[in-house]
Amino acid sequence: MDVIVCVKRVPSTTTRVVIGGDRKSIDPTGVEFLLNPYDEFAVEEALKQRDAAGGGTVTAVSFGTAEAQKELRTVLAMGADAALLLQSAQAPLCDGATTARALADAIRGRKFDLLFFGKQAVDMDQHGVGPAVATLLGVPCISEVVHLEVKDGKVTAHREVEGAHEIVEAPLPCAVTAQKGLNEPRYATLKGIMAAKKKPLDVVDASVGEPLVEIVEMKMPPPRAAGKMVGEGPEAVPALVQLLKHEAKVL
Amino acid sequence: MGSVLVVLEVRGGKVRPASMEALGAARTAAELTGGGTVTALATDAAEVDASALGAAGADQVLVANTEQHSSDGAAATAARVAREIGAGAVFLTATIRGRDLLGRIAALLNTGFVPDCIELGAEGGKLHFVRPVFAGKALIRVRINGPVAVASFRPNFFRGAGRSATAAIQKTTAEPGKAVVTGLSGERKGRPDVAEATKIISGGRGMGGPENWHLIEAVADAVPGMATGASRAVVDAGWRPHEEQVGQTGKTVSPELYIAAGISGAIQHLAGMSTSKVIVAINKDKEAPIFQHATYGVVGDVHQVLPKLADELKKASSP
Ligand SMILES: Cc1cc2nc3c(=O)[nH]c(=O)nc-3n(C[C@H](O)[C@H](O)[C@H](O)COP(=O)(O)OP(=O)(O)OC[C@H]3O[C@@H](n4cnc5c(N)ncnc54)[C@H](O)[C@@H]3O)c2cc1C
Ligand SMILES: Nc1ncnc2c1ncn2[C@@H]1O[C@H](COP(=O)(O)O)[C@@H](O)[C@H]1O
Repeated sequence: MDVIVCVKRVPSTTTRVVIGGDRKSIDPTGVEFLLNPYDEFAVEEALKQRDAAGGGTVTAVSFGTAEAQKELRTVLAMGADAALLLQSAQAPLCDGATTARALADAIRGRKFDLLFFGKQAVDMDQHGVGPAVATLLGVPCISEVVHLEVKDGKVTAHREVEGAHEIVEAPLPCAVTAQKGLNEPRYATLKGIMAAKKKPLDVVDASVGEPLVEIVEMKMPPPRAAGKMVGEGPEAVPALVQLLKHEAKVL
Repeated sequence: MGSVLVVLEVRGGKVRPASMEALGAARTAAELTGGGTVTALATDAAEVDASALGAAGADQVLVANTEQHSSDGAAATAARVAREIGAGAVFLTATIRGRDLLGRIAALLNTGFVPDCIELGAEGGKLHFVRPVFAGKALIRVRINGPVAVASFRPNFFRGAGRSATAAIQKTTAEPGKAVVTGLSGERKGRPDVAEATKIISGGRGMGGPENWHLIEAVADAVPGMATGASRAVVDAGWRPHEEQVGQTGKTVSPELYIAAGISGAIQHLAGMSTSKVIVAINKDKEAPIFQHATYGVVGDVHQVLPKLADELKKASSP
């Protein structure tokens, strides 16, 4: 079973966003970067599927700056066999469609049975790179998967939809985007971290043309109007309900 | 710009409400860019209401019925129809299904995509879109450089056009796909899903345990259409299912009313709900960070405040 997993280096979810001097991206000063949380589920599933099949390779691919080698080493330490960095200084500013092109160009021609993504990268929150890469490669894609079975050349997946789980079937090769709940990602062990240092991490230059989506400006959301403390305890409730009804008009 | 194609979200034969908002956005886009028609595309055995879709903004509706939904099939159908009608824009709903299709349709049309738009404008005949990034901690305004603008619209930010018009209905063929929906499981009936609801009450660790959830349920029962949500602490503890989780690693919601009961207001929780129109916080700690984001705050114990709230809401909702 040959598996490719796409991973992204992103700011930690606790980052306090400060807009950079270009007014188009965040100021990275003091920001902690790590592996996108949803990609941890993707990596875990890639490793599980390789092991369940009794062999094969897991290759991690990232389109990013030179710094993204750190996240790729993390994935190697978790148990992936090889890693590929598509290096570009422009990568963090690229939109989903442009990113998908870069990834699809690098994956095209490589053999894989399963192609994993996170359902979302928690920086630009696009939810789109996985399905877009799969489409460019002409393979089916099941997104936001919480349960996965692979048997007899076929994938059966459960995905969360509003109010139910949808059951989806597709033939291999197939792409899957991982939602929380799919598995419990493993931590890299000390042994894994040592082993990762000897695993292959290829770096190739990736050039992308003009991005397909152009950021005109980045700004802070408008501040919320100052709130009202209605009062304390159940005695405050009638006043609250009056405010909801007559001031906010939401009842 | 040409015409706008809106891919309707259909489930269980019904067009979901978010689609009406996307039609309204399409109408606005057509007007901002010098006129053009709005075409709606329905897949999956849709019951099509020509007057409701017309009122929301559609001039014509194309129905491409399939027995089983297929994501790649639906994307291929949408891309084909977009080419046939010479669409300058393709709009979807920022729902789980819309998200599933957005990147694919853009890939098929060789263009860029913009998810989760909350604002739409135009400059020199070219559309631009505003959307949250970093879980709502910042906003970006973007333009699509590709040939077609493919975008999805977050529920509760746009409205149907509200015109009096009836859409013309026509059939079209559905493209086949490789990934096929074969069934549904664990369907939750009764309450709407948090991602779609216009009113939500969420409980946090301050609820004390799953045995106290009847307090949340009672409030939800008092308001028609209210959904129940949860913080991650509660989901991780196994008190509530993951599909109820609101926040950065849960669902993003922007209802008219969001009540947070026993939730501290961690940055990752706020990320999922800070765009709600009205936020009510109930917390026994008056220093809890949630109060800084609340429209209305009540300091108190959920065990005492929630039963009273259920009572008062019931009175307020009954005529
Ligand atoms: C990568 C990452 C992703 C995350 N994603 C999410 C996410 O999607 N959603 C999310 O919610 N969190 C998320 N978190 C977790 C988040 O950081 C918080 O830990 C979580 O939101 C806390 O949940 P809580 O408010 O229910 O619990 P707590 O923070 O423990 O707060 C409980 C609150 O209840 C109050 N309280 C206690 N007893 C009572 C009572 N009897 N009556 C009234 N009030 C009472 C307390 O004063 C307190 O304010 C994420 C964290 C990380 C690191
Ligand atoms: N620059 C990138 N390099 C590698 N994978 C990426 C990149 N950007 C996005 N992805 C993958 O696509 C998923 C969804 O990202 P997004 O569509 O940006 O929310 C991520 O979880 C990754 O698996």
